[in-house]
Amino acid sequence: MNALMTRALWRAVAIPVFAALSLAAWGADGSAILQQQCAACHNLTGPAPQTLQALWNRKGPDLFYAGNKYREAWLVSWLQKPKPIRPAGEFYGDHIKPGPKGDEVDATTLKAHPALGQGEATAVAAALMKLKAHDDLIAREKIEPGTLSKSMGEMVFDKFLGCMACHRIEPDYGGLSGPELYTAGERLQPQFIASYIRSPQAWDPKIWMPNKHVSDANIQKLVRYLELLSKENAHEK
Amino acid sequence: MRNNRLVLLAVLTAVAGASSAAETAADNYKTYCVQCHGSQGNGKGINIRDMSVQPRDHTDAKAMSGRTDDELFKVIKEGGLSIDKSVLMPPWGDTLSDGEIRDMVQHLRGLCKCRYGS
Repeated sequence: MNALMTRALWRAVAIPVFAALSLAAWGADGSAILQQQCAACHNLTGPAPQTLQALWNRKGPDLFYAGNKYREAWLVSWLQKPKPIRPAGEFYGDHIKPGPKGDEVDATTLKAHPALGQGEATAVAAALMKLKAHDDLIAREKIEPGTLSKSMGEMVFDKFLGCMACHRIEPDYGGLSGPELYTAGERLQPQFIASYIRSPQAWDPKIWMPNKHVSDANIQKLVRYLELLSKENAHEK
Repeated sequence: MRNNRLVLLAVLTAVAGASSAAETAADNYKTYCVQCHGSQGNGKGINIRDMSVQPRDHTDAKAMSGRTDDELFKVIKEGGLSIDKSVLMPPWGDTLSDGEIRDMVQHLRGLCKCRYGS
């Protein structure tokens, strides 16, 4: 096939496909999809669980403040190709079993997140970004520009604060009861990271992440560290 | 009048008490402690593999009887560093009320089947 024919074929096939995809994105109603397909497992209206029973019943992260939490580009991409973020699911206590060396994650009880097409993912991400129940908490955070070496970040994260007890900073290093953090920098808005570390209970009163009273300086370092980790992880992919 | 005030005080106290100690120690243990101390309370939770210091085995009567109830209260509320132990044991003072922590200390005594000094 000569170059001219290839180009013509490309135009004949690719352009209508792109047009159809963008039309689908434009045509999909993100809010309607959220209500129909997501509301069974995700809380879209708040408030966060106020009792342990409500906490245990939760099947996926609360989304009523998704627009304060996630980066839109990450949502669009993740919704099309979802990968587990919480190694022990939610609620973690429902997905563990005793093993020879102690408790283990019971992978047979974890369900994969459904994948959306590009148009739906784009529309759902846009609808999620409008859910901003916690503008108040976000407004209190200011991210200072600065640099940090990976080793200093790891020192703060692992040694000074012990965050690795519950969170993974590499696909096979760290704890399992919290969400993995090696993609947190591309997943989460920096102000959200800062605010959530400052007070997990302000976002989710019954959550099993404690408030460690992290100093302002260390909160800034953790935000930079997680962004650094994420870039490194993206590079290695 | 005086009686009415007393009744009101009693009602308010009951409501305040209910909201600050709404959860049982067993339920709090299952939610917050099991991730590291394990579903069997033996220190073998899902998080322990990469930890530099292993969590306390709450069924170990010898180790647990070496701590007073006040020390257990303090380490739950303020974290490991408050009693010169590991930073990996976090403070739960913003999660649990003082009443819930006192209940938790008694729950731990049930797990170790022990008291301080015995």
